[in-house]
Amino acid sequence: MMERFKDREHLFRMGALFLGALALFMVLRAVFVPKGFGTYGHYREGALKDMASLPLHYAGRHACEECHSDIADARKGSKHEKVACEACHGPLAVHAADPDKLKPTKPDAVKLCPVCHTENVAKPKGFPQVDPKEHGEGKPCGACHKPHHPEIA
Amino acid sequence: MTTDRRDFLRSAGALIVLTGAASLAWEKVLAGEPEKAPNYEMSDHWWAMLIDIEKCIGCGNCVRADKAENNVPEEFFRTWVERYHLPPADLLHPKEEVLPEVDSGKEGGAGGFPERYKAGDGSKNFFVPKMCNQCSHSPCTQVCPVGATFESPDGAVLIDRSYCLGCRYCVQACPYGCRYIDPRSNTVDKCTLCYHRITKGLTTACCENCPTGARTLGDLKNPKDPIHEFLRTHKVQVLKPQMATGSKTYYNGLDGSVR
Repeated sequence: MMERFKDREHLFRMGALFLGALALFMVLRAVFVPKGFGTYGHYREGALKDMASLPLHYAGRHACEECHSDIADARKGSKHEKVACEACHGPLAVHAADPDKLKPTKPDAVKLCPVCHTENVAKPKGFPQVDPKEHGEGKPCGACHKPHHPEIA
Repeated sequence: MTTDRRDFLRSAGALIVLTGAASLAWEKVLAGEPEKAPNYEMSDHWWAMLIDIEKCIGCGNCVRADKAENNVPEEFFRTWVERYHLPPADLLHPKEEVLPEVDSGKEGGAGGFPERYKAGDGSKNFFVPKMCNQCSHSPCTQVCPVGATFESPDGAVLIDRSYCLGCRYCVQACPYGCRYIDPRSNTVDKCTLCYHRITKGLTTACCENCPTGARTLGDLKNPKDPIHEFLRTHKVQVLKPQMATGSKTYYNGLDGSVR
């Protein structure tokens, strides 16, 4: 019986080699696989927090309306009611966080209004669009239209 | 099994505390205001995007807002607007496919679309805003060899910038051309559905700044979200449905010529 296992040291050597390779694999794995990898899937859990913690630039219209409720009231019922404040006034999260830190400048109507209202054949037919060179005979837009309530009474 | 009074009170107490905390969040979700829930829970959301082509005026506000919000390098875009121009149908050879002319105006639409075509010449013209489609079976995440890009549990396709090798495999895999290599870090980047905004209860920068409401963020897990009503009452389509990417960017009024 025993002579059938006379070469058993080969098995021990192979076993030891396997155990050593396994230990090395576990060590390398612990070193190289980042923390939280695999919690939700084949990625690092912390990447979700990295993405969610990026800084804001646009505060959102609700932040604006907390202080500027008079403007929000003036916009009610107008065609511009649903246009976000920052769509014209630019990114103002810094101003919303600390009003003294950044004072927004008034947008220039001559440049701003044509961004949306210049005529273009690709625009939907119902959208109000004009040729800025001809419309209004060179007067500034604000001479007839109030930006927060553009309809002419 | 026997339960003494102490065990019963202990487990009942734990149950009350736990369900109390959970129901507080769930109440807000049911009220249609998931953003007001005390803590953002990924499992309460499944984000999608709605783009109404019939409302897009090609003003480029979304492109500019996205660039300002996400610090996108010059000459690269996470969202852009395309202008489609379909010449009048060839009545003598109606069998021939009419191919559209596509351009992105100035700077991906950020600088507007100077008029190139004449009104009333029988052509068809419209704008198509494009962005990452936030696919739920996205080819780009499947090819990433290291797990640096992934679909988040709330339905946004995100990037782990600290883990990306910059191998560009995902850039090739995206059928919509939404990915680019940021030359500053040599890692991949793309639209993150403003993950830093939507997890704080705000809408994305492009939706916030779209003056006509052509773009709307929707939460498919929120029963009160108007997206459900919109999807029910409109004929919507995703881009390249034959690719089976599980795209969650729904287009209303999408023309068959759009690729």
